[in-house]
Amino acid sequence: MNIYGDWGNVLVLKRRLEWHGYDVNLLEYNQGDAFPETVDMIIGGGGQDSGQDKIQKDLLEIGTRLHDLARDDVPMLMICGLYQLFGKFFKTGDGHVIEGISLLDIETHAGPERLIGNIITKNNEFGEIVGYENHSGLTFLGKDVQPLGRVIKGAGNNGRDETEGARYRNIIASYLHGSLLPKNPAIADFLIEKAIVRKYGEFTPTVIDDRFAELARETALKRPR
Amino acid sequence: MSKPYVTMLGKAVRYITRLRGGGSALPGLFVEKIDPNFIKRTLAGLPQGIVVISGTNGKTTTTKMVVELLQSQGLRVFTNRTGSNFTRGVAAALLGEVDNKGNIDADIAVLELDEAHAVSFVKSVPPRYSLLLNVMRDQLDRFGEIDATAKMLAIIGKSTTETVVLNREDPRVAAIAKILSHQTVNYFGLSPELTHLFPNDDEMRGKPVQKTTVQPPQAEVVLKSLEGNTAKFTLGKRMITTTLKLQGIYNVYNAAAALALTEAIIGEDMDDEKLVEALSQITPAFGRGETVTIGGQPLELVLVKNPSGFRLSLSSFKPAGYATMIAINDNYADGRDMSWLWDVEFDSLKNDGVAEVAGVRAYDMALRLQYDEILISHVEPDLSTALRHFISSNASVPKRIFCTYTAMLALRRELSKITNVEVIS
Repeated sequence: MNIYGDWGNVLVLKRRLEWHGYDVNLLEYNQGDAFPETVDMIIGGGGQDSGQDKIQKDLLEIGTRLHDLARDDVPMLMICGLYQLFGKFFKTGDGHVIEGISLLDIETHAGPERLIGNIITKNNEFGEIVGYENHSGLTFLGKDVQPLGRVIKGAGNNGRDETEGARYRNIIASYLHGSLLPKNPAIADFLIEKAIVRKYGEFTPTVIDDRFAELARETALKRPR
Repeated sequence: MSKPYVTMLGKAVRYITRLRGGGSALPGLFVEKIDPNFIKRTLAGLPQGIVVISGTNGKTTTTKMVVELLQSQGLRVFTNRTGSNFTRGVAAALLGEVDNKGNIDADIAVLELDEAHAVSFVKSVPPRYSLLLNVMRDQLDRFGEIDATAKMLAIIGKSTTETVVLNREDPRVAAIAKILSHQTVNYFGLSPELTHLFPNDDEMRGKPVQKTTVQPPQAEVVLKSLEGNTAKFTLGKRMITTTLKLQGIYNVYNAAAALALTEAIIGEDMDDEKLVEALSQITPAFGRGETVTIGGQPLELVLVKNPSGFRLSLSSFKPAGYATMIAINDNYADGRDMSWLWDVEFDSLKNDGVAEVAGVRAYDMALRLQYDEILISHVEPDLSTALRHFISSNASVPKRIFCTYTAMLALRRELSKITNVEVIS
């Protein structure tokens, strides 16, 4: 599922890994494909509500595998639609319950209106996180997950409790598009470091020129909702 | 309020806003406020009725083509040619055309309408014909989801009283035929050899969408081929071959849409010779590949609003020999979300690089290019400063600017200070 430019997340991880000196083997997994043997990082995007239904069955089938990988501390990034389906369930407006894989202790309920616009959140490790949200589902966090950020401007998970996204082990989940990683390279480098350390034991980063990211962040912080 | 009175007031506001060099839609907004029925009443008497053109990409260019093709057949056409495609834009354009009694001298009205505004418009003023172009990911921050946009187009189709012309190659648009029972449905389409040039958003990433094995419906107009600037179309049972002044395959496909609509309106009375002559003379709408001359060198403005449009523009306008500038704004009319830039591949600019990156979101664009490893000479968010720098640093070569909607309007204003730019009123 890729409809809101979440490809940017994949591209950023691929390029930064290359710039750090690693060869990247990018595998595209779509519903019905054989799940790859070895995986070092998993990235999932958002989709329309109608796309959600289509991938749900397939996701449940590979759910056990994803649980194993998460327990093994494989870093994962899940945006929007897959963030919701990594949780316990999504309850639609007409009371229909779409079951998730329960990897994240979260639940999502259809909301009365779409939450749309620029958003800024804050996380102690990553600093300010900037992006763009566009979702109607309202997500509520259980006790086994931490929020990814505290909302400074925008709606976040549900517009009520000032949380945005979720963290569990090395999984980062969020509603933020923009794409998320280009303007938040600290999160990209977190995922990269976890993957490399897990695979090779240590990670020696090179210095990447993030001036454009820095300036784009400054602009994003000033834009209206 | 009486009709002549509203008209006079509206015209007065139009005159005053023009004196102070104001925007084109304000007088329309004013008339809308004091007389919500102004448009409906003024257009009601047109002998050939009203035509509505909507969709994500190509509305302005296609509307311009339809107007010129209908004029070639002798019709007097009213249109909102400002590209101000909200209802108030229509009202503003009407104010420029009506006489003081509020009457309009035209046979038919051809209106370009933004999807959301078209929905409220057709509910009060049902069109006789509609042309539905495509549904692409664009301005999702306004409309939510693509499927919501498709529903808006379906409402336009359903409100049409006679003929609905649909894009056969866009699955969401073609599906609208299923809900139309009272209307004649006509299609425009592509020959199978050309369809790969128009990937839809579902096919952008991941698996290609499963093609249905169902025989596609017969299309009244098919774009058969485009070689250089020579295009071949089938029009019913006839074949039309013509050279075009339009650039870019998507503009030429819009011509197929315009032909299909013109055929639906004129029918058997069509004068093919005049039609082809008019088609060959059509130039792009403002900011859609429009060219101005600066220091003896051409400068092209190419509007980009969404990933599919940007990709098509990059593949249609070859960068070799050109200095390239990209100007990205994120005002309401552009869409606030920058995600779309990440669904465009900029590899085609790798050899020549990008001379200038500008606009409110210049650094977002620069960041995007960085990840495609494309060389950037200069970044300057301020459009006026950037334009001057771009022109002076690339004085002796042809230039091209890819720009979002409000960036395009601002750049045209700047350009009009230094060269001849057609005034759009």
